[in-house]
Amino acid sequence: MAVFTATRVRRRATGVPPVVLAFVLVPLLAETFWVFWPAIQGFYLSLTQWDGVSAPKFIGLGNYREMLGDSVFRTAVLDTVLWLLLFGGLSAVLGLGAALLLQQERRGVGFYRAALFLPVVFSLVATALVWQAMYQPDGLINKTLEGVGLGSLTHAWLADQGTAFYAVIVPALWRQIGYVMVLYLAGLKGIDPVLYEAAKVDGATRWQQFRNITMPQLSSVNAVVLSVIVIDSLRSFDVVWALTRGGPYHSSELLSTYMYSTAFQSLRLGYGSALAVVIFLLAFGVIVSYLVRAFREAD
Amino acid sequence: MTVTQPSAPTTVRKDRATPPRSRANGPVSRKWATAGFHIGASALSVLWLLPIVLVLVTSTRSFDDIAANGLGSLPHSFTLDGFRQAWVDGGQERALINSMLVSVPTVLLSLLLASMAAFALSRYELPLRRTLLLLMLGGNLLPPQILLIPVSKLTELLGLYDSLYALIGVQVGFGVGFYVFVLQGFMRAIPAEIQQAAVIDGAGPWQLYRRIIMPLARPALAALCALSFTWIFNDLLWAITVLRTDSQMPITASLLNLQGQYVSMWNVIAAGSVIAAVPTVIVFLRFQRHFVAGLNLGAVK
Repeated sequence: MAVFTATRVRRRATGVPPVVLAFVLVPLLAETFWVFWPAIQGFYLSLTQWDGVSAPKFIGLGNYREMLGDSVFRTAVLDTVLWLLLFGGLSAVLGLGAALLLQQERRGVGFYRAALFLPVVFSLVATALVWQAMYQPDGLINKTLEGVGLGSLTHAWLADQGTAFYAVIVPALWRQIGYVMVLYLAGLKGIDPVLYEAAKVDGATRWQQFRNITMPQLSSVNAVVLSVIVIDSLRSFDVVWALTRGGPYHSSELLSTYMYSTAFQSLRLGYGSALAVVIFLLAFGVIVSYLVRAFREAD
Repeated sequence: MTVTQPSAPTTVRKDRATPPRSRANGPVSRKWATAGFHIGASALSVLWLLPIVLVLVTSTRSFDDIAANGLGSLPHSFTLDGFRQAWVDGGQERALINSMLVSVPTVLLSLLLASMAAFALSRYELPLRRTLLLLMLGGNLLPPQILLIPVSKLTELLGLYDSLYALIGVQVGFGVGFYVFVLQGFMRAIPAEIQQAAVIDGAGPWQLYRRIIMPLARPALAALCALSFTWIFNDLLWAITVLRTDSQMPITASLLNLQGQYVSMWNVIAAGSVIAAVPTVIVFLRFQRHFVAGLNLGAVK
């Protein structure tokens, strides 16, 4: 059977017109040139010391050894993991909540969905600036706190080491929740209503219906959301860069911002590459599981 | 479903008991539920739209008003001065042109290349078909950080550093894998009979692509168009990696310059943010359906 299919494929393959091969090869070459080849270089550069001017000097695992003693790196790793949990977890939970609230087609629901979704189309830089204005000492958030008698809670939100990290997460969430909501709305739409009717006849409570029908039926969407969230979290850069540049005193430093400032401001290109490799390793598991799922679907 | 079975007998009893009651206060309680839904959902929407309203209001206030009354106060002035300053002095006009010069060719070129590859991979039994497909998708999933340093050096080597061509090149190269994956999934669902009929009529691969598959793939192409435009338009990282001169920067990077240049002139910064957001909001409102469809196409199910 296997032999049969193999020969059949080979016979067909030789029958593929050259134009069709070119159709695949041109985009593949473009991606090889701009992605695969640079990625290989990136891995190599992580084993070197380089200022970008003289030739890179091979130092083996020296950069990785340096990380062990680098306190900023430790902060960045912890912040990245915390970012993943908070930004990822909250956007998944709140996105699902919003989708459950707005799943039923009824009057006005289109407007509510559009309102929650609108921030998704803004760039993260514009999002950051909008929130930067809200966070100012004389901005809306402090004014509101004073207005409701919580004046003691007012803060220089972005300048305070204790709050900067969380102040940066909020705008990122504001923008991500609408996106996750759209993914879940599509998933909820795909659930057969007969399942709920059967459950109602059986006297299942709302919570039982959610636990025993909605969640299992959403398992594939959950997997998608998980991949999207992890990949997006590790890529998060713009919003942090625009609001705090990772400061004050690295309190909102993520691996992505630390990598960028190490490479392009301190011009330590070897160490920056090694930091990028760490980001890659963190993303690796998710990328592979995403590809495995894609592989199954490509059949 | 098996889990809910044990409770079945009790329901029957309850069912028999409920009809008269639910007929009595059903419409009333439903009205309350509807009101509760609208109150909750409106509150959420207001909360979500509040930052947008705030930035719109701030952008039309005068600097003196903000300085005197504070950023969080109600407006005491109305002027479009902030927009003028951001547009003319802040270089947003140039930046918006740059953004368009990058985004439009990038969208067209990446979708052209991706549709060609997707056509070949979905309609022909190429050797290593699935491997190629996943390789291309895998490239798009890489964290861009691993590519930043080599790509910036590569553009220097090519003499493209600090030019918009570099930005177009890297955006096409990085994005194409994802578009190929989405489009091939869509094209694979087109029935083989359509293609066979055209082949019998003597159509070559080029005609098949141009006259049969592309028109049928239009919904997916429209969705990807709307989606990729916003992605490329909103990008910051690639722009600040391959560009240096302020006059070359697209709108996102230029907003950061504005932020540094007009510190605490919030009317100008707010106006700049509004200008930067307008094009993608137009795309979203105009192509809302395609846009949402695109997001869901992107999710591997």
